[in-house]
Amino acid sequence: MIAIEKLEKSFNGHRVLNGLDLTIQSGESLVVIGRSGCGKSVLLKHIIGLMRPDRGHVYVDQNDVTTMGEIELNELRKRFGMVFQGAALFDSLTVGENIALPLREHTSLSESEIRERVKEKLRLVELEGIEGASPSSLSGGMKKRVGLARAIAMDPEFVLYDEPTTGLDPIMADAINALIRSLQGRLSITSVAVTHDMRSAYKIGDKIAMLHDGKIIYEGTPDEIRKCEDAVVCQFISGSASGPMTNS
Amino acid sequence: MNTTHSPVGAEVLGKRMMDGVEETGRVILFLLGILRAIPGFWKKGYLIVEQMVAMGIESLPLVVVTSLFTGVAAVQAAYQFQDYVPMRYLGSVIGKSVVIELGPVLTALVVAGRVGASIAAELGTMRVTEQIDALETIGISSIRYLAVPRFMAGLIMLPVVTIFSDFLAIIGAYAVAYFSLNVSTNVFMEGLRLFFHLRDVFGGLVKSLFFGAVIATMGCYFGFSAEGGAEGVGRATTRAVVGSCLLILVLDYLLASLLFRVIFV
Repeated sequence: MIAIEKLEKSFNGHRVLNGLDLTIQSGESLVVIGRSGCGKSVLLKHIIGLMRPDRGHVYVDQNDVTTMGEIELNELRKRFGMVFQGAALFDSLTVGENIALPLREHTSLSESEIRERVKEKLRLVELEGIEGASPSSLSGGMKKRVGLARAIAMDPEFVLYDEPTTGLDPIMADAINALIRSLQGRLSITSVAVTHDMRSAYKIGDKIAMLHDGKIIYEGTPDEIRKCEDAVVCQFISGSASGPMTNS
Repeated sequence: MNTTHSPVGAEVLGKRMMDGVEETGRVILFLLGILRAIPGFWKKGYLIVEQMVAMGIESLPLVVVTSLFTGVAAVQAAYQFQDYVPMRYLGSVIGKSVVIELGPVLTALVVAGRVGASIAAELGTMRVTEQIDALETIGISSIRYLAVPRFMAGLIMLPVVTIFSDFLAIIGAYAVAYFSLNVSTNVFMEGLRLFFHLRDVFGGLVKSLFFGAVIATMGCYFGFSAEGGAEGVGRATTRAVVGSCLLILVLDYLLASLLFRVIFV
């Protein structure tokens, strides 16, 4: 379980997270929605310890991420996988080496076992046989899928997705959503995705939380959020240019 | 009229100075982070070898050209010697100035321009495309994986390249002396041997060891701190090269004072 308590973070005097509270149950798929620049990615980076908060705590199974040293954090991160907005594949490595890197660094698997594991992960993301390709030769959708394969290489308990469908065409976006959903079912992972794409949110989330003004202002299932009467949530999910979010 | 406000220029100067002190502190903390991550790193020797090739072997063509043309110093020395100092001292002056000063400093400046810029650009691009964050999320220390190999390669390769550069610069000077100043091989070599001390070569190499550390540290620091896309990477690259060159020159003075006025006296 991940529990976030009264998280605060400011950049150059601008408060991005303002006492945010959120709980993510084990095995759950939570999607955090909100406008661009509202702090969704900042929230993810706090969960995995890439950023330290000004105040507040992030607990992963009762362990406080915000007070951990580098060694403890690196141990904890072995239980996580993260898919970045731009995939963040290492340019200097091939696709196979990208997926194999965490295995080479953290396990005592033999080279043949690592090759087998890389094949298996590429099969899961439906990209068999591209181990030798360079990341620069892949399309945006393929990069995201390789990023996903790398994220699940260590069989993590938690996977974080930063805007998993941004920059993809609708068909590829739907394929990525389906892939995330099927991996969630097959591998029983706890996942947290941040997005402003409502189609993606409805498809991959068991629960959706709306981040606005540095706080979670609404939490509910996709069906509940569709029926929500909160004016801010309604404006965001309907994608309307006028409403309380833009009038203030 | 209100006279209590500081002039705007003084405020700006004060802020710049504070920013400079802050930045210096961050560079020192970054360097300490690298030094702390070094123990036990030899298990990842292949990463150091990769960087040694990039820093040393791939810099050689540029170093060869720069070093050979450093021999032009012989022409200037000969011009200053004419009518006052016998040409047998030409080799002595060239030998001393190359191994103590010209070899280490010119090599470091050339490598700072080529390698320092390349380190900052590569790591800066990795920073703005979140590759460094990705490395951290898979439980790998970015300092250990990216900065330590470059730092170690800088420490090892700059003295090696400097030895090569010293040798080529003396060859270049000899060629100039022989072909255009009519100084015979015997006279040049006699001069070269006349005041030769091994401690001079050693002092030059100690300097280059520090210069290697400066180039790698500044390249890595500015690369790691890059932000804001392509423009940020460009800014990081410029700052890495300018910072390295300035530090090399300042450090050259400090090390020369320490080595040749205190330690080797």
